[in-house]
Amino acid sequence: MIGYARRTWIVLWKDLLVERRSKESLNALLFFALLLLFLFQFALGLDQDRLHAALPGLIWLGFVLAGLLGLGRSFVAERDNDCWDGLRLTPGDKSAIYLGKLAANLMVMGAVEVVILALFGLFYNVNLVSVLGPLAVVLALGTLGLATVGTLFAALTAGVRARELLFPVLLLPVQVPVLLATVSATQIVLAGQPLGDAGAWLRLLAGADLVYLVIGLLTFEFILDA
Amino acid sequence: MSARVTRILGGLALLALAAGLAAGFGYAPREAVQGNVQRIMYVHVPAVLTAYLAFGLVLVGSVGALATGRLSWDRLAGAAAELGVVFTGITIVSGSIWGKPTWGTWWTWDARLTSTAVLFLVYAGYLLLRAMVDEPERRARIAAVVGVVGAANIPIVHFSVKWWRALHQPSTILGPEPSPIAGPIAAALLVNWVAFTLLFLYLLLRRVELARLEDAWVPETRR
Repeated sequence: MIGYARRTWIVLWKDLLVERRSKESLNALLFFALLLLFLFQFALGLDQDRLHAALPGLIWLGFVLAGLLGLGRSFVAERDNDCWDGLRLTPGDKSAIYLGKLAANLMVMGAVEVVILALFGLFYNVNLVSVLGPLAVVLALGTLGLATVGTLFAALTAGVRARELLFPVLLLPVQVPVLLATVSATQIVLAGQPLGDAGAWLRLLAGADLVYLVIGLLTFEFILDA
Repeated sequence: MSARVTRILGGLALLALAAGLAAGFGYAPREAVQGNVQRIMYVHVPAVLTAYLAFGLVLVGSVGALATGRLSWDRLAGAAAELGVVFTGITIVSGSIWGKPTWGTWWTWDARLTSTAVLFLVYAGYLLLRAMVDEPERRARIAAVVGVVGAANIPIVHFSVKWWRALHQPSTILGPEPSPIAGPIAAALLVNWVAFTLLFLYLLLRRVELARLEDAWVPETRR
């Protein structure tokens, strides 16, 4: 058990260290988030009411698009530099690698989401501070749903032809329930309603997260060997 | 499965489809409210049932491939997925043609329509992935994981889409179904369902056999 946790930690630490030194994903993702903000504004026009009505969807659209870019890259470096074989040679349960990668992805996604939210609040003039607590719960559950499948599918497509195309084509349909649940829950939370009103959605999200996580842990080894 | 069994199955499917046509157009009466349009049901409902059977087999094949590592399971999953996508496509198209005269629209974001469309997209992606991986062993493992995720996702999609509709628009455009189905209509439906299932099994066996030949052929030319 300690060995398992240690291996998970090592993968996480390695990914964060690489990210800190290269700043490959995070810098580009933050810039991308800023661009999205402008795109949404231009697409919807200056009408503040329309923008605010669409806000829950826009927030998650931003996260999903950033996720497609960020998560999709998470195994590319392993393939490019032949680190894949190193991962395969790791002793013990391979799901520890999945867990480490997932944790690293969650942290990167979390950082991007915080920035996107701050930018949304600033540029679109929305008060997000007052609903920060409930919003954080929805974000955590939704991001976990996005990252569990995203990490698994990123590993799966890493060595496949046309992976940049395949990754979103595979991930997006599977993410439909997560998107429906998070957008609906975010809508409820942003309207100032208590978190309990979104209880059904949060339970669905939690259940989906659990299912995705278990499948990821169980099947990652097969992908690593493929 | 020998070629003989496949051929017999094909003949049976052909006979059953002919019987299904006769039952759908001849034996079954004209529906009182919708008229002849309702006869689309004899294609629509068997198609969706067959699609569910196909996606069930994708799961079986995927789990089998992961558990045993044998390619035969993967060929079953791949063949079933192709047919499942085709039959889901038939379901959506026939449903649209049915929907235009009865609901007045080709498409509506009703819960069942939406989840069927999502199902179509998930397995279309699965097929795209399969097409991108050449080595059979690798394809088997990668595809099997997507097959398992896709199947586990079906109930989650179902509930999320149902609640999404329920929360946004309580009254649905869909009228209540013609609940107590009349005897002849049910009988015609049954005949067509059997026919579609036979056709599916026939095509599945042919496709699996073709995949077996493909897998056997590729390594020789590569080496």
